[in-house]
Amino acid sequence: MLNLIVLIPVAAVIALVLGAPARKTSVIAAALQAAIALLTLLTYNRSGAQFQFITRVAISPEWKVQYLLAADGLSLVMLLLTGLVTLAAVWVTPPVEKRPNLFYACLMFISAGAAGAFASQDLFFFYAFHELALIPTFLLIGLWGTGERYGAAWKITIYLALGSFILLLGLIDFYFALPEPRRTFDMLELQTLARENVIPAAAQSRPYLLLLLGFGILVSLFPFHSWAPSAYASAPTPAAMLHAGVLKKFGLYGLIRIAVPLLPAGAQHWANLLLVLLVGNVIYVGFVTIAQKRLDLMLGYSSVMHMGYIFLGIAALNVVGVTGAALLMFAHGLSIAALFALAGELRQRAGSMEFVSFGGIAKAAPFLGVTFGMVAFAAVGLPGFANFAGETLVFFGAFQPAVDSALVGNYRIATGLTLWGLVISAVYMLRAYRAIFMGEPRAAGPIFTDPRLALRLPVLLLIAALMLAGFIPEAFLTFLRPSVEALVAK
Amino acid sequence: MLAPLTLEVTVLVLGFLMLLAEAFSKSAEKTWIAKSAIYVLAVVFGWSFFTRGNAGVDLETAFYTTDATALFFKRIALITTIVVLVMSIEYRSVIARYIPQGRPGAGLVEFYSLPIFTCAGLMFMASAIDFLLIFVSLELVTISLYVLVAYMRRHISSLEAGVKYLILGALSTGFLVYGFTWLLGLTGETNLVRIGRVLPGLLAEGGRLHGSEVGLLFGLMLVLVGLGFKVAAAPFQLWVPDVYQGAPTPITALLSVGSKAAGFIVLIRFLEPFLSVAVLREKLLGVVGILAGASLLYGNLAAMPQDNLKRLLAYSSIAHAGYLLLAVSSVGSAAGGFGASGVAVAFYLAAYLLMTLLSFLVLIVVTNYSRGDDILHFNGLGKRSPFLAFAMLTAMLSLAGVPFTAGFIGKWLVFAAAMKEHRFVLVAIGVVTVAAGFYYYLRVVAAMYWQEPNDDTPIRVSGLTRASIAGLTALIFIFGIFPQPILDMLQARGPVPVRSVARL
Repeated sequence: MLNLIVLIPVAAVIALVLGAPARKTSVIAAALQAAIALLTLLTYNRSGAQFQFITRVAISPEWKVQYLLAADGLSLVMLLLTGLVTLAAVWVTPPVEKRPNLFYACLMFISAGAAGAFASQDLFFFYAFHELALIPTFLLIGLWGTGERYGAAWKITIYLALGSFILLLGLIDFYFALPEPRRTFDMLELQTLARENVIPAAAQSRPYLLLLLGFGILVSLFPFHSWAPSAYASAPTPAAMLHAGVLKKFGLYGLIRIAVPLLPAGAQHWANLLLVLLVGNVIYVGFVTIAQKRLDLMLGYSSVMHMGYIFLGIAALNVVGVTGAALLMFAHGLSIAALFALAGELRQRAGSMEFVSFGGIAKAAPFLGVTFGMVAFAAVGLPGFANFAGETLVFFGAFQPAVDSALVGNYRIATGLTLWGLVISAVYMLRAYRAIFMGEPRAAGPIFTDPRLALRLPVLLLIAALMLAGFIPEAFLTFLRPSVEALVAK
Repeated sequence: MLAPLTLEVTVLVLGFLMLLAEAFSKSAEKTWIAKSAIYVLAVVFGWSFFTRGNAGVDLETAFYTTDATALFFKRIALITTIVVLVMSIEYRSVIARYIPQGRPGAGLVEFYSLPIFTCAGLMFMASAIDFLLIFVSLELVTISLYVLVAYMRRHISSLEAGVKYLILGALSTGFLVYGFTWLLGLTGETNLVRIGRVLPGLLAEGGRLHGSEVGLLFGLMLVLVGLGFKVAAAPFQLWVPDVYQGAPTPITALLSVGSKAAGFIVLIRFLEPFLSVAVLREKLLGVVGILAGASLLYGNLAAMPQDNLKRLLAYSSIAHAGYLLLAVSSVGSAAGGFGASGVAVAFYLAAYLLMTLLSFLVLIVVTNYSRGDDILHFNGLGKRSPFLAFAMLTAMLSLAGVPFTAGFIGKWLVFAAAMKEHRFVLVAIGVVTVAAGFYYYLRVVAAMYWQEPNDDTPIRVSGLTRASIAGLTALIFIFGIFPQPILDMLQARGPVPVRSVARL
């Protein structure tokens, strides 16, 4: 099952390079991938938190590197996210004039990288799959992007290459911090090691810092976030959806999977640093978001800002907070993908992303107005959408973190500050909504009508998933909670 | 089981036969000579797996060892030469343009056969454990290369490259020999195994050199300077950009792969006996570390603004010397050879061989069609020839160190060795330089895929070249996912110096 989720997009890439019909192949492959991800989730045995669907192929017995695919609830939810967002991204892609096969191949390649990273339980492949996805992003932005695309492509690629390399050093350092006979790349084994607390507290702080920096750069942790808005603004719509929706979650997933369970003392050692940075994410970047005059940049900054909440959940180090973070990852992936899809449609119609060039669209195009409004409310954190459930858990978790009592006060301050982020995001989202959809249409502006079916269905799909997880969060929490418990609870 | 020397002798005989065949060949196109040489070298490569090891050889009196490492580096030399011959065939029209033509095809076979002699020299170097053999084989390599670098004698920059290489090469050889004589004078030995045996006694309490290791260090530094030239490490890199750019492209490839590999095997063998002595160890590794840091910074930073691909690859060659030296400077303190860092060096060189040869091979083909070797001549290659563009993409990604390519495994091993030995300053430099590397290698990728082609003539690739390009591309991916065959090769047998693949 997991093999299929990873290999279907790979097969699609090969078929596309060999000249298969671009759109048809990709949509079919993405639909298959999403369906199998859903099916895997449904057939997952929830009675325990153990890894299932295991495939093992030894690659190098001497270093104990193996191609090891396995999934617990956390991986499966992330794989479902990958499948859904890939399907939506491929589906909404407008006709590509320049070299369509290469375009779709790059998209499917990113999807393969993300799926591989979430399904691999071997550190080598976990890392390798993710970094592999950098290259198609580089090509996508440079070849099909808009605006300052060259600059944006270079910025994201160099930034993420740097982040990945620091992450690699962190993983190496982490590996050497394990006691000699127990060193392994096998994340299943690592999970058993986590319960035994094998790494002495003093040896945890350096690898944790490297991992935090490495993963943090990949997730646009303040102040390493400046690559994200420009890249998402310039990237073609489906690339922005895939990157912001799925690929960026890799860093958070890595923190939950490796750094939190195995280096808890390191996490406490650097807790204050992380709190300061994540408050920077929410408050500082939040204000920057309010100041944006263009929809694409605003969405880019808002996606950076929301990472702050997820970091807060992870920093809490307790089951509630980390589960909330995981749910929020899922929710944010869906909502930001839907937002980018709709924004891409607006850009295509209007040829511009400035707020001043829009107005009164809701009247002419009610579908766009309603769906954008729903997703914007989801992103702000209104009840009824998955984001609300995730954020609530995060705040509860962070208010009562599983850390030294000396640190709890700082956590409460950070939680209090980030709560203001909800107000900030309401301000920028509602202002954007008013500027674009309300009021009178621009006299000389473009004429809007409701979009084609190929945009409606994927957006509705994403919204449906958001609302499902919003009204019945338990449907996802039953998968997430046991896995997180296995990782966090001692 | 073959006697060890058979390999080198066969290669040498092949070189002479080629020269002889030239005299009797009627045809103007002499490519058949090069093609048969390729097949013979391929057979020799196969033979190398059936060579008798060191059993029964007393290494203390020998000049020549046949351990796994030696065989591994011989294979590197052979593969390099094979690909260089493929390149030379592809390059023959350029050569013909720049040498005086008494009769059609004149001078081509010398161009095909001199790399064979270089190859023999490299193979001897891989096995040399005595100062004398090291020196003689090094000269065999260098002198053939002097001729080859200046081979296009109507081309001004080839001549310039030849002169620069000759003068600086001769100077570096002088340093090397002077260092050898110092060490001989102080230890009374030329065999590296013997030196390793007597050194602790000489430096111990009551030994002749006790408390005065300055002389030894002086000799060691001289040798390091000499070898620094050979492997193109900063601050001995001044010759590299001009020589690489001016030399015929196949020879640039030979220089950047063959002579670097041979330089590193000599460096490793040479350092090993001295590293076992604590007094020398710290100082030697410190110096190697400085060379590594300087090469990393200089090579990577200077590569960023280059617009000429050959020159860019020259700087990247300096940069990779830096990564290799970083591995050398991270030798574990545990006794018994180079361990993990030796494996890192060997693997990195094997990966470097694949990706560098691949990029030079594509460069030659593209240059033939675009009449220039600047990055902008690669514009739109993704459209003109998806095959070549994909090969170049693979080479560049591997050089930059993207996972699932051999280059990534190499970098991973190097940095794992460095992290294990806590070389944090060098690792921090490495973080900067790896990011810089992504920039300049991806510039080529950006040119190939982002830009529109300057002209739309499709590029035809001959069968042999196409097969070589496909083979190298495939190997980069195969060793990027399954590195085990190379590790097995390093471990096959033989105690010196890579004793076993230390677990990471």
